[in-house]
Amino acid sequence: MLDPKRLQQRAAFFRAIRSFFHGQGFLEVDTPIRQPLLIPEHNILPVPSGTHSLQTSPELYMKRLLGGGCERIFQICPCFRKEERGRLHLEEFMMLEWYRRDADYLQLMQDCEELVRAVCSDLGSAGFPVSPAGEWERLTVREAFRRYASLSVEEALRTEMFDLQLVEEVEPHLGQKKPTFLYEYPIQLASLARPKKEDPQLAERFELYVAGIEIANGFSELTDPVAQRARFEEEYALMDEERAGNRKMPEQFLAALERIDSAAGIALGLDRLFMLIAGETDVNRVVTFPAAGLDR
Amino acid sequence: MLAASDLRKGLKIQIDGQPYIITHFEFSKPGKGQSLYRCKMRNMITGNQFTQTYRSNEKFEKPALEERKMQYLYNQGDEFHFMDTENYEQTFITREQLGDNVRFLQDNMELDVLFFDDKPIDVTLPIFVNLLVTVAEPWVKGDTSGNDTKPVTVETGYELQVPPFVVEGEKIQIDTRTGAYVTRVKE
Repeated sequence: MLDPKRLQQRAAFFRAIRSFFHGQGFLEVDTPIRQPLLIPEHNILPVPSGTHSLQTSPELYMKRLLGGGCERIFQICPCFRKEERGRLHLEEFMMLEWYRRDADYLQLMQDCEELVRAVCSDLGSAGFPVSPAGEWERLTVREAFRRYASLSVEEALRTEMFDLQLVEEVEPHLGQKKPTFLYEYPIQLASLARPKKEDPQLAERFELYVAGIEIANGFSELTDPVAQRARFEEEYALMDEERAGNRKMPEQFLAALERIDSAAGIALGLDRLFMLIAGETDVNRVVTFPAAGLDR
Repeated sequence: MLAASDLRKGLKIQIDGQPYIITHFEFSKPGKGQSLYRCKMRNMITGNQFTQTYRSNEKFEKPALEERKMQYLYNQGDEFHFMDTENYEQTFITREQLGDNVRFLQDNMELDVLFFDDKPIDVTLPIFVNLLVTVAEPWVKGDTSGNDTKPVTVETGYELQVPPFVVEGEKIQIDTRTGAYVTRVKE
């Protein structure tokens, strides 16, 4: 287990996050952790729980709350993703998600800067690998691949090398001088994000990087239920038959989208952010109990 | 068959007909992207190393590895002969394959021999071995030279540093992982 001093630091970390959002007028919410139907995402494997699954993210319910009239909401909750184990991955991890009605992804980037600065000022930023002060770097996916990858974005997508090139050639360069927002993702890599008005081939999605490590994924929400249904069908098409099952659609979620004009939401991995603030390099060293098999 | 999600440090897999052991492992997964498994591997026969990133749909064969309990018998030049303690079959391993392990081989010592495709490729020594000191400077009581250690030679010809009180004809315990002196052994 974590030593008592680190436990206190972890508690102070959660307190600082909550205090930031309460100060910004956000409502703290909680939603079902066992879900009858998850977002169809072919790259994320859920952990089954009887007739339900453990949540991979609270996203569907958070957006239903937006549809139900909530303006600004946040949640801190455990999420579960099968077979994700490593220095930066836990099968059970702590997620922070926040959502704003009538906002876009640029507003979320600003939230990120303010949140991290606030937490660093509460806990001290001595361990944080880069200074959170000043304006953070913003880099489009296209430009990042042009600078650092051996293939262009288009070639990488066509040859199914996008993820590999991103992880091996691009990510190590991101967030090394100051935190970096990697933004404007190809539309096929953002199944719940809104396309950019000026270029519908790009999605208003971004990821936040610190010292080469991805911390958060945010986007302007796709609020068109017809387009969202089509994107879910595309996701199901990428799964094998067993996983796709009867291709059930989250109907209540799609219905809630009808009641949202525009919104933006983001998921941030709290164990990773705390790891960086604590000056550690392995998430197993900052959670109360490390993953099974690593508890020495 | 092994799946990519089985990959981890210490796992042995077969690539192009050769056994490899994973020496460094890192899981990565870009947000909303696919799982990637970065492995640094060492060929268990040649010692050659390489790094490769695998994707979740890849499959691997388990190498045909087997450990057998054997007894070390004798050496003839660079060939070191061993006998299976169950079926008494004999085989030999070359000095090159044994590497530094040669320093601790005693006649009749029992150890684990690793076979790949019925050919011996490696041995696992006991962690501690007791060896007789065959050459040592005598210990002069009240020695004020201030040296903490002195060199001695043990029965296998291996030379190491030991505390000054160790004398010829004594047995000492050695840690085979580091090659270092542990303690004197009273018989």
